[in-house]
Amino acid sequence: MAETWIDLLRLLDGALRLATPLILCAMAGLVSERSGVINIALEGKLLTGAFTAAAAVTLTGSVAVGLAAAVCAATMLSMVHGFACITHRGEQIISGVAINIVAAGLTVVAGNALFRQGGHTPPLASDDRFPALTLPFAETLAAVPVLGPFWGELVSGHTLPVYLALASVPVVWWLIYRSRFGLRLRAAGELPEAVESAGVSVTVLRYRGLLIAGVLCGVAGAYLSTGHGGGFVRDMSAGKGFLALAALIFGRWKPWPVLFACLLFGVLDAAAPRLHGLEVPLLGTVPVALVSVLPYGLTVVLLAGFFGRAEAPGALGRPPGRTG
Amino acid sequence: MTPLPRWIDIGLLPAINLLLALVTAGIVVVLIGENPFRVLRVLISGAFSAETLGYTLYYATNMLFTGLAAAVAFQARLFSIGAEGQATLGGLGVGLTCLLLDPTLPPVLVVAIACLAAPVFGAAWVLVPGVLQAWRGSHVVITTIMFNFLASGLMVWLLSGPLKEPGRGSPQTRRFAEDAALPYLHDLLGSIGIARSPLNVSIVIALLAAAGVWVLVWRTRFGYALRALGHSREAARYAGIPIRRMIVVTLLISGALAGGMALNEILGVQHKLILNFSAGYGFTGIAVALMGRNHPAGICAASLLFGALFQGGAELNFEFETITTDLVLVIQGLIILFSGALAGMFTPWMTRLVLARAVRDG
Repeated sequence: MAETWIDLLRLLDGALRLATPLILCAMAGLVSERSGVINIALEGKLLTGAFTAAAAVTLTGSVAVGLAAAVCAATMLSMVHGFACITHRGEQIISGVAINIVAAGLTVVAGNALFRQGGHTPPLASDDRFPALTLPFAETLAAVPVLGPFWGELVSGHTLPVYLALASVPVVWWLIYRSRFGLRLRAAGELPEAVESAGVSVTVLRYRGLLIAGVLCGVAGAYLSTGHGGGFVRDMSAGKGFLALAALIFGRWKPWPVLFACLLFGVLDAAAPRLHGLEVPLLGTVPVALVSVLPYGLTVVLLAGFFGRAEAPGALGRPPGRTG
Repeated sequence: MTPLPRWIDIGLLPAINLLLALVTAGIVVVLIGENPFRVLRVLISGAFSAETLGYTLYYATNMLFTGLAAAVAFQARLFSIGAEGQATLGGLGVGLTCLLLDPTLPPVLVVAIACLAAPVFGAAWVLVPGVLQAWRGSHVVITTIMFNFLASGLMVWLLSGPLKEPGRGSPQTRRFAEDAALPYLHDLLGSIGIARSPLNVSIVIALLAAAGVWVLVWRTRFGYALRALGHSREAARYAGIPIRRMIVVTLLISGALAGGMALNEILGVQHKLILNFSAGYGFTGIAVALMGRNHPAGICAASLLFGALFQGGAELNFEFETITTDLVLVIQGLIILFSGALAGMFTPWMTRLVLARAVRDG
């Protein structure tokens, strides 16, 4: 019994680590999409954040500088996105695709120019990465059955960005549903004309949405290369930005359901290697390649409206004053 | 807003946007500490010598297919970005055809069936996103992204399991039968002395497809309805155009064109099914379509430009220590940014200029 409990906790612990970049990116997507800006550029911002953090840590030896640099870089990309699709009313999807491709190329080009290791950054020593934080009572509670392992194995012992990701959910919830800014932000995403006629600038609101998104993606990127991993390798975001987008839709653009979706995808991801070669009655061996794309399949099923309806913000992708 | 003269709209503005993309990439090169003009010279000489022109055209063939695929969807204002997945499935169509039929049927027949299977499989992969967009309003952008990942998962599974060549470690199928392939142009036209390259007959198929798209979009009733859909969905509805059917059929055509890419890559060059052969060409197709203003003639020109960038980019690895072929990816992204998302940046400014001149000239 205790064995199973520990095993389950270890699985969830891995899931939480894998879900962290998803949670941060999904919250980033939530804030910008609630303001009416489609954010398929999450992937590119995450990748850029990861590269910038690893490069900055390699050059300065400080994770804090790495985190700050990642936040700045991802925010800059967010502002480019805004410049194209808010200021110049360009197609948001095209702008997102452009940012993703520029990020994929520029991270490798810059990596090569700086370190000459085929686009990678030099591997980081464990001293140069986010340290694991031991929460209070982790040791005192260790002897307590059930709760002790729960606190020690699952809740305690993560790096700072993991806790930041978990904290971002209530903060985003409060921001979106309880603040004046959030009310206006949601209105900008549902009916921008109404916001304009109330004398509030949709442009400013949407830029602020993208600003928050950039910061969150930067944290996610820093976690990827200097927390979860030790250094940057090309394309290290590996579709996580798109997976976060799927989680955002899966959670219907609401903070708590989105968190649940991210954790679910994290569990699937953590469980996939354990399923390798596992025999299931009727199905035979579990094809692990198919388990790893299950989140995408589930999201399509959800979009098809088979269980509930995924309603996007009404004016998602639409500049104010344009119909259709 | 007064429409701009045609030469400005389809000539000058795209040229300015391309120039901006190149200048920005040039700044990156300067920051790295290299001479951007030397990079440009390597790119051009690497792409257009007698030995390398075939490679340039071979890359351009892939981009013709995916560029046309993107353009057809864009004309109807459907931002399908699923060409990666559709091309992958096109490859599966070619692969299954060859693996199942090449032991029994004559090679010519196998190739003919594979040429049909690629577009059919490509189209099939966009059927679900298309139907969901048309009937449930699920955003085709999102569903096609999801289907790209599903396609790659499907291929990883098939090529590491059911379709894998027995006794081989890497995820790929066995080679197709010797003659079950599209002939290389250097084999066909060897007598006039063209250099060896992967360039094959699929470039002819791609050019025919470009002509076909032009006829379809600009010379048929269907094409009229498609463009109407792109201009205003409401107006199209009032004109009695069956919106839902149009969305699905348009996406199917787009998917079929994307699937065509597998003819070049799998039936023309690889002669076996491998992982990730779509290699980002689906996204390059978006850049090609935007550069070519969604018009087949423009897309032919843009494919040639991007084909040259890819081939010339390969030479960068040999010529420079600090600059690699990845620079091409940056240029590609910047072109999408400037000629796609920021395409309208200079329009108001240019319109003012033209109006001011018109006023002055009376």
